[in-house]
Amino acid sequence: MKKLIALSFVLLALVAFSFKNGGYDVGDKATDFSLKNVDGKMVSMESFEDAKGFMIVFTCNSCPYSVLYEDRIIELHEKYAAKGVPVIAINPNDDEKSPKDSFDKMKVRAKEKEFPFSYVYDETQEITKAYGATNTPHVYVLDADRNVRYIGAIDNNTKSAAAADKKYVEDAVDAILNGEEVPEKKTKAIGCTIKWAS
Amino acid sequence: MSRYQSIMKKSTFLFILLFISTLNLQLFAQRAEMKIIRVPELEDIMEGSDDKIQVINFWATWCKPCIKELPYFVKAQNKFPDVEFIYMSIDFSENAAKAEKFAIKKGLNPEGLYLIDDVDYNSWIDKVSPEWSGAIPATLIIKNGKKYFYEKEFHEGELEDLIQ
Repeated sequence: MKKLIALSFVLLALVAFSFKNGGYDVGDKATDFSLKNVDGKMVSMESFEDAKGFMIVFTCNSCPYSVLYEDRIIELHEKYAAKGVPVIAINPNDDEKSPKDSFDKMKVRAKEKEFPFSYVYDETQEITKAYGATNTPHVYVLDADRNVRYIGAIDNNTKSAAAADKKYVEDAVDAILNGEEVPEKKTKAIGCTIKWAS
Repeated sequence: MSRYQSIMKKSTFLFILLFISTLNLQLFAQRAEMKIIRVPELEDIMEGSDDKIQVINFWATWCKPCIKELPYFVKAQNKFPDVEFIYMSIDFSENAAKAEKFAIKKGLNPEGLYLIDDVDYNSWIDKVSPEWSGAIPATLIIKNGKKYFYEKEFHEGELEDLIQ
């Protein structure tokens, strides 16, 4: 009996661990963070008063697929920030593994592209782990209560925004703003692996 | 028509013929290397073969960790001639020539060079493996009809251990 109890504890721990390891699923409540923005100030979701939601975009300088989506991320912010759903871009990459993704290089890229949104650095990679982001770009759309409503790609054509006929993130944000169910809750896309610190 | 004119005509004709045939040869040579495919052909490849182990590596020229692990694939490919090594490039189709040149320079099996030309990734990632997040490098090993999926960068010797 004692063995059985011990075993079930081990199993429970395993389940809890793997769950934690897997990050968020749609429906989970996302944690807030306090991460350093390219302007030097700390950014958290709490600092956005009356937000109706957030587009949390894990992205970086070095991944060509992230670069291909930069203009689309700018457009998303410009379309929805005024409606209360801003973009917060988080760079998840370790700068030793990926020197192009250092905080200084982030500042350079944000200036070049005139990012209208916060571009913050998850230096400890704790937030990236908590969310369970696996690649860049990888988007989490949250509602006003910070519940995860969508996880995945921005749209269904990496090569060209004009050719994309499914705009997953836009559809998710529209649904949240209209108080509706998000039509497609989870998608996948090719991207660069997150460069974890060793 | 003078004799000179007739010789000129003949040699021009021969020249054009030669020119066309070299063009054809070049086209043929390109065809023999990287094959640009769509999702149904990818599914056919992943159907596997009964008697052969298949290693299908998803890579791209822009993916640094992919390029880092390629030498280990070439090593394994040379060590296990009976294993079918397939290199599925995710580069855009307009970069196929660049990807092909790169792959050949790296020593990848020319018979196994493919480029999957479908950027609606969400429509096919799960067909490769439900475990795949979409990050590359990613490798699918098919052994006795069973699929083993790895979303990781391989290091020296790891691939050989899995194949044996």
